[in-house]
Amino acid sequence: MTRDALTCKQFVDFLMRYLDGELPQGERTTFETHLDDCPPCKVYLDTYRETVELGRGCGRDDDPVPADVPDALVRAILAARRS
Amino acid sequence: MADATLPPDESKLLERLRRGEDAAYEELVRTHAGRMLSVAKRMLRNEDDAADAVQEAFLSAFRAIDRFEGGSRIGTWLHRIVVNAALMKLRTRRRKPEEPLDPLLPRFLDDGHMERPAQAWARPADDALASEETRRLVLDRIAELPETYRTILLLRDVEGLDTEETATALGITSGAVKTRLHRARLALRELLDPHLREEGGE
Repeated sequence: MTRDALTCKQFVDFLMRYLDGELPQGERTTFETHLDDCPPCKVYLDTYRETVELGRGCGRDDDPVPADVPDALVRAILAARRS
Repeated sequence: MADATLPPDESKLLERLRRGEDAAYEELVRTHAGRMLSVAKRMLRNEDDAADAVQEAFLSAFRAIDRFEGGSRIGTWLHRIVVNAALMKLRTRRRKPEEPLDPLLPRFLDDGHMERPAQAWARPADDALASEETRRLVLDRIAELPETYRTILLLRDVEGLDTEETATALGITSGAVKTRLHRARLALRELLDPHLREEGGE
C-alpha cells in the first residue's frame, strides 16, 4: 500500500495487529501516518483500547468481592469428594 | 514432591491435600469457591449452571491433585479448571442459531470513511473500572455478543487466557482466535459507545 492509501476502514481492520506490535515496519508507518492525519481514527483507537481495558477490569484479579458461596454448595462439593 | 515455586502456605496445603486431609479440602473449597463462582457466572450467566460448573471443576481438581506440579499458584490452576468446566457446560447447552455479528460492527461509507466519526468517551478506563456499575454495564454488553464472539472475548480479555490457551480450549487455530477477538472488541466498542460517549446517553 502507498503512504496515503489507508482508509479508515483499513485502519480499523489493522488496529489489533498494530496494538499487538504485529505490523511489519512499512505497514506500521502507513498506519501511523493515517493516525496522525485522522482525528476520528485517533479517537477510535483510544476507545478501542478502553474497550479492552474495561473487559480486563471485569476479570478475576479485579474482583472486588468474590461471589458469595452458598454453604450448601461447599457441602455438596465436599460430600461428592467423599462419595 | 517438592513444590519449590509455590508460596510456603500453598505448599503446605498441597501436602495436606495429597495426604487426603478432609480439613485441607474444606479450606481449599472455602478459599477459592467464591472467585471460581464469579468466573462461572460471568461465562454462563445462570446461577445453577455456574454452581454445577464450580462443583465439576473442584471434582476434577481433586482427581488431578497428585498431578498438580506447582508451576502456578493454586488459584491460577483452579481458574483454568473452572474456565474449562464452564466451557463444557456451554457446549452442552442447546444451541440457538447464532446471531450474525455484522449488525454490531462499525459501518463505513463506500469511500472507506466511518459512517459516524468516533466520539471520545467521558471516563478514562481507569476511573471507570472502580465502579461496580461500569463492570455490570460492560458484562451486560458482553452478554449481548453472539456466543462465539462472547466466549472468545471472555476468555482472552476478561479471564486473561493467552491466544494459545484460548485456541486450545476452543479447538480452533490461533489465527481464528485473533480474528474473532478483534471483531468481538469492535462490536463491544459499538455496544458501549452510547453509554460512555462524552455527550452522555443516546
